[in-house]
Amino acid sequence: MVNSRVATTPLRRRTAAPGDRQHLAQLSIIVLFCVCIGTAVFSLSVGPVAIDGFAVLRNWLGGEGLDAVSRDAIVLFEIRMPRILLGLLVGGALAASGAMLQGLFRNPLADPGLIGVSAGAALAAVTVIVLGDRYFPWLRETLSIFALPTAAIIGGLLTTWALYRIATRHGQTSTATMLLAGIAIAALAGALSGILVYVSTDQQLRDLTFWSLGSLGGATWQKLIAAVPFVLPVFVLFPLIGRGLNAMLLGDSPATHMGVDVQVLKRLTIVSVACAVGASVAVSGVIGFVGIVVPHLLRLIIGPDNRFLIPACILLGGALLLIADNFARTIVTPAELPIGIVTALIGAPFFLWLLLRQKGLIDV
Amino acid sequence: MPESELPAGRVPAILRAARLGVVALAMTVPAIGTVLVAPVAAIAAEASTVSDRERARVVSIGTAVTEILYALDLQNRIIAVDTTSMHPPEALEQKPNVGYMRALSAEGVLALDPSMVLAEEGAGPPEVIGLLEAASVPFITVPSDPSPDGVADKIRMVARVMGREAAGDRLAAETATYFDELAAAREGLDDRLRVMFILSLQSGRVLASGAGTAAAGILALAGADNAVAGFEGYKPLSDEAILAAAPDVILVMNRGNHVLDADQVFGLPALSNTPAARTRALIRMDGAYLLGFGPRTPAAAVDLARALYPEHAWPETANGNRGNTD
Repeated sequence: MVNSRVATTPLRRRTAAPGDRQHLAQLSIIVLFCVCIGTAVFSLSVGPVAIDGFAVLRNWLGGEGLDAVSRDAIVLFEIRMPRILLGLLVGGALAASGAMLQGLFRNPLADPGLIGVSAGAALAAVTVIVLGDRYFPWLRETLSIFALPTAAIIGGLLTTWALYRIATRHGQTSTATMLLAGIAIAALAGALSGILVYVSTDQQLRDLTFWSLGSLGGATWQKLIAAVPFVLPVFVLFPLIGRGLNAMLLGDSPATHMGVDVQVLKRLTIVSVACAVGASVAVSGVIGFVGIVVPHLLRLIIGPDNRFLIPACILLGGALLLIADNFARTIVTPAELPIGIVTALIGAPFFLWLLLRQKGLIDV
Repeated sequence: MPESELPAGRVPAILRAARLGVVALAMTVPAIGTVLVAPVAAIAAEASTVSDRERARVVSIGTAVTEILYALDLQNRIIAVDTTSMHPPEALEQKPNVGYMRALSAEGVLALDPSMVLAEEGAGPPEVIGLLEAASVPFITVPSDPSPDGVADKIRMVARVMGREAAGDRLAAETATYFDELAAAREGLDDRLRVMFILSLQSGRVLASGAGTAAAGILALAGADNAVAGFEGYKPLSDEAILAAAPDVILVMNRGNHVLDADQVFGLPALSNTPAARTRALIRMDGAYLLGFGPRTPAAAVDLARALYPEHAWPETANGNRGNTD
């Protein structure tokens, strides 16, 4: 009935190569962790400003004061470092959320960008930017820097929940319905954003343009601090939920027989994905393709076991987004490309290649 | 799958360690950041406190700012410009381009080793301005008001920041004289034309200029009425709104992404029934010239006025006719 379910059923692969995949997966996670650290260190040392990062670090650690290398220190600590950490956080959140959604919907096409979760989160954030000060000033007063992520999370939550309710009948999630509902929800969110654009001031319009492009360009420690409390707990939670999602690949009732509380698991997944995607969208706008490319790439290598796939996604998603961001900030220096352009340039052809390579994988 | 199938091996431990590492990293680094920010918190950039050293390497952001710096013969101080600095053409040909004024890159600008950023109002994003100021690069914002007084203020402020008050006062006074002559010539107009400025036509959607825009400002200077005055800023117009606006003339830019010709404009059903379509009255002008609100604005206004009212007598301006009006 649904080809995709067969293609990603873990048991079949597992019987073909018992144990091997697990060792490979374990090794991959160690390798990816090193790749992640390596990319972060590398990213810290590249950029339009040529600086000796290690000299700055040495001076700073040696307590010699930063005045001598003040501008370098600002570039290193105030521009690159928050940007790199934000890239790791957002890339990991988007990639792992993609993998989680693919598990929840038992569908390889699920991606926060494609099915409208990001659009819903962005709409909520846009609403706060445009109408927040006029109609609900208490939101910014009580939540300050967390107001935007909170709103985006609620937006992401509502879209994911609506999508799941629309696409699922009697425990079966229909691929076609999910995709079409996702398109409809994204269109609705886009239309509502359009109305908001109409009532926004020029300054707000500028803020809004940011959401449609997606960028790590405005990364600050404040933004990082606003996102970390929402995303890091989810990073810990994701692999635990992934265990249950493994069981759910067989279907809801087999999972129930295995002792998995399917309803609780689904709700947990929706809430945690909304948290991760909402917080990411709030700080970096809508960045596409990370959520679909990374899980697919990793499934090819380490297989579909979510216990390993999810942590691997967090690591590789972060590393890949950092690499994309390095291109974005150095290729047209001293100007900068929106990172959404870079991820789409890398991601879209890769996605097409995936489709060609595994014909019949996505058979709506 | 059943839990029993999955042996509890060393991996979870590794995972836990990895997670711990990420948590630890993410938790400690903000602390470093906050410590660092505190001592360098926002250096207030005031025009009156600019030193000669800060005037040496200027990044010029915005059409008018770049034009004024060139008009004051300070082009040697400019080390980079933004994409809107289209006049004089050598600015973008000879200087590095830091991108669009509203999407600047903090590190990209810092890499040029600037001593100051001189930007027209609206440059940003705000985070980037904050980062530049944290790196002790004064970021001076020049207010932009699309009016004769606004132009004079802009010129005086740029001149004051650059320590060229006398030259600035001369240029501002000269510009003001042209504006006065233009105002006097405008007095003699009997019938004012209704003009609609179209910023872009995207898939048949007309993006027109409302009140408070640079387009509305230049229309007023050229003795025309803005055909769409019901809203602020640039907004898409519905077909009925276009008919209700009943423009006598359509004004567009002849530079940039959307170079429109009369067939495209009057081919649209809504526009084909306007008074402008009957006479095929379409004026195309260079965007930076028309909307820049810098030293060339009196000339641009005269060019536009002449295109609108060819029979009327308009003053000559010294720096006129540089914007090749069609």
